[in-house]
Amino acid sequence: MLEVAGITQIFGGVTALQDVSFAIHKGDITGVIGPNGAGKTTLFNIITGIYTQTSGTVTLEGKNISAFPPERLARRGMVRTFQNIELFNQMTVLENVMVGMHTRSSCGLLSCALKMPWSIAEERRIRKGAVKWLDFAGITDLADVTAGNLPFGQGRLLEIARALAVEPRIMLMDEPAAGLNSQETQALGQLIRRIREMGITIVLVEHDMELVMDICDRIVVLNLGMKLAEGTPREIQENHEVIAAYLGEDD
Amino acid sequence: MLFDQILQYCLSGLSTGAIYGLIGVGFSIIFNATGIINFAQGEFVMLGGMLTLLFLETLALPLWAAIPCAIAASMVAGLLFERLAIRPLRQPTPINLVIITIGGSILIRGLAMLAWGKDTHALPPFSGNDPISILGATILPQHIWILVVTVFIVAVNRFYFYHTISGKAMRACAYNRRAAGLVGIDVRRMVLFSFVISSALGSIAGLIVAPLTMTSYDVGIMLGLKGFCAAIIGGMSSGIATVIGGLLLGILESLGAGLISSGYKDAIAFIILLLILVIRPQGLFGKAESERV
Repeated sequence: MLEVAGITQIFGGVTALQDVSFAIHKGDITGVIGPNGAGKTTLFNIITGIYTQTSGTVTLEGKNISAFPPERLARRGMVRTFQNIELFNQMTVLENVMVGMHTRSSCGLLSCALKMPWSIAEERRIRKGAVKWLDFAGITDLADVTAGNLPFGQGRLLEIARALAVEPRIMLMDEPAAGLNSQETQALGQLIRRIREMGITIVLVEHDMELVMDICDRIVVLNLGMKLAEGTPREIQENHEVIAAYLGEDD
Repeated sequence: MLFDQILQYCLSGLSTGAIYGLIGVGFSIIFNATGIINFAQGEFVMLGGMLTLLFLETLALPLWAAIPCAIAASMVAGLLFERLAIRPLRQPTPINLVIITIGGSILIRGLAMLAWGKDTHALPPFSGNDPISILGATILPQHIWILVVTVFIVAVNRFYFYHTISGKAMRACAYNRRAAGLVGIDVRRMVLFSFVISSALGSIAGLIVAPLTMTSYDVGIMLGLKGFCAAIIGGMSSGIATVIGGLLLGILESLGAGLISSGYKDAIAFIILLLILVIRPQGLFGKAESERV
C-alpha cells in the first residue's frame, strides 16, 4: 500500500532521519513509535508532502508520490490528522466536514459559479454526506457549533470526521490520543478500529503505549532518526534493543 | 431646508459609499484568500469603466452587451495578473507581494494611459438622466442602479461563500491554508479564483459609477484607496461589514464635503482610515482576537 524507501532528511547540519525504509500493508493499523526526537513527526511530514526529503522515495499504491503537495495526495486517497488539530475554526462543525468532501464534489470551480441551481442540489447532497460522517464520529449533535469553540477531544473527532469525508484509502494520524483523557482514548481506539473495518489503512504516531499495543497490527520503532525494529506488538515488546532505547541501556 | 440638504448629502453619499463597499469587498476577497492587500484593485475599477467605453464606442456594441464584455475582459486581466505577476514569485512573502501589486497597478495605469490618453470620458447613464425626487432631495436613476447592483452583488457573494461548496472551500483556505491543502483543496487555484472574482467586482464598481463621476486612466488610485478604507472599516470581511464600511465612508465624506468644505472630501476618508487603524485595527465590527489568515 505505502512504502517508504531510504528516506533521509537533513536539516542544516542535523540528520533527522537516516535511511528509513518500511512498508505498510493494506488494511493494517500500523503504529510508528519511538522516544521524543526520534523523527516520527518528520517522517509523517515527508510522507504527507509537507517537507520534501533530502533523499529517498515514498510510494503509494505503486506510484512514486515523493514530491506531491498535500492536496494532490488527498486526491489520491491519502489524508492525515495533526497532533495540534488543524480545523477551520471560524466555520461550523458541519461546514468543516462539508469542505472535506470538496474533492468529491463533481462540480469544478467555475462551473460551480456558473451553474448555481445545480450546485444547490450538490450542496444538499454534500450536506447529507457530511452528516453521515458526523454520525460516524459521534458528534452529530455538535453540527452547528463553531469549530473553534469545541473542546480538544471533540475537535480531534471532528478532524477525523473531516479526513474521512475525503474518502481516503489510507489515513495517517499524528498522535491522535495526545491531550485526551483515558476514557476518550478508549473511545478513540474503538473509532480507529471502525475506520479500519471500512477498509481504510491506518498509520499512527503515538506515545500512548497501551493504545498502540491494543490496536496496532504492526509497529515500526524509530530511534535517533533510524529504524530500530519492526514487527507485531508482541515482538516489539520483547525486543531488547527497543527496551534499551526506551528505558536506557543496562550496562 | 437643512434637513433637505442633509438628506441630499446622505443619498448621494450612499451611492458613492456603495461603490467604495464593492471595491472594498474585492480587497477583502483577495486578502482572505492570500493574506495580501492587492493595491492593483483600483486599476480594475478603472478598467471596468474604460473597457465598457471601449466596447461601447470603438466596437459600437450596445450598452447591455458592452457591460458583460467589459466585466469578462477585466476578469481575464485579473487572471493574467495573478498568473504573470503573483504566482511566479519565488519568495512570496506578504511584503514582496504587496510591492508587486503596487508595481502591477502602475503598469496597468500606464498601459491605460497609452491606450486611451489622459482625457476624462463619460459613460452614458444606464436609464436616462431624469432626476427623481425623494422627500425634497433629488437623485439620478444611476444612483438607484448603483444601490441595486450593490445589494445584488452582496447577496450573490453571501450565497456563494456560505451556501456553495466551492465558496466554502474558498473560506476554508482563508481560515487554515494547511488544513485546506490536506483535504484536497488546491489552494493556488483558489488564489487565482479570488483574483478573478475581485477583478470582476472591481470592474462592476467602475462601470456603474462611471456615468456619474466620469472615468479616466487614473481614477483607480483614489477609488482604490477609498475601497481599501472601506475594507479596513469592515475589518477585511468579504461580506456586509465592508459594504457598511463603504456606506459609512461615503455618507461621512459627502456630509463633510457639503457641510464643511468640499476640499476636505478626500481628507475625511483618510482621517477615518487612520483613526480606524490606530483605534480599532480589527475593524469597526470585528472582535479583537479574531485573526484572519
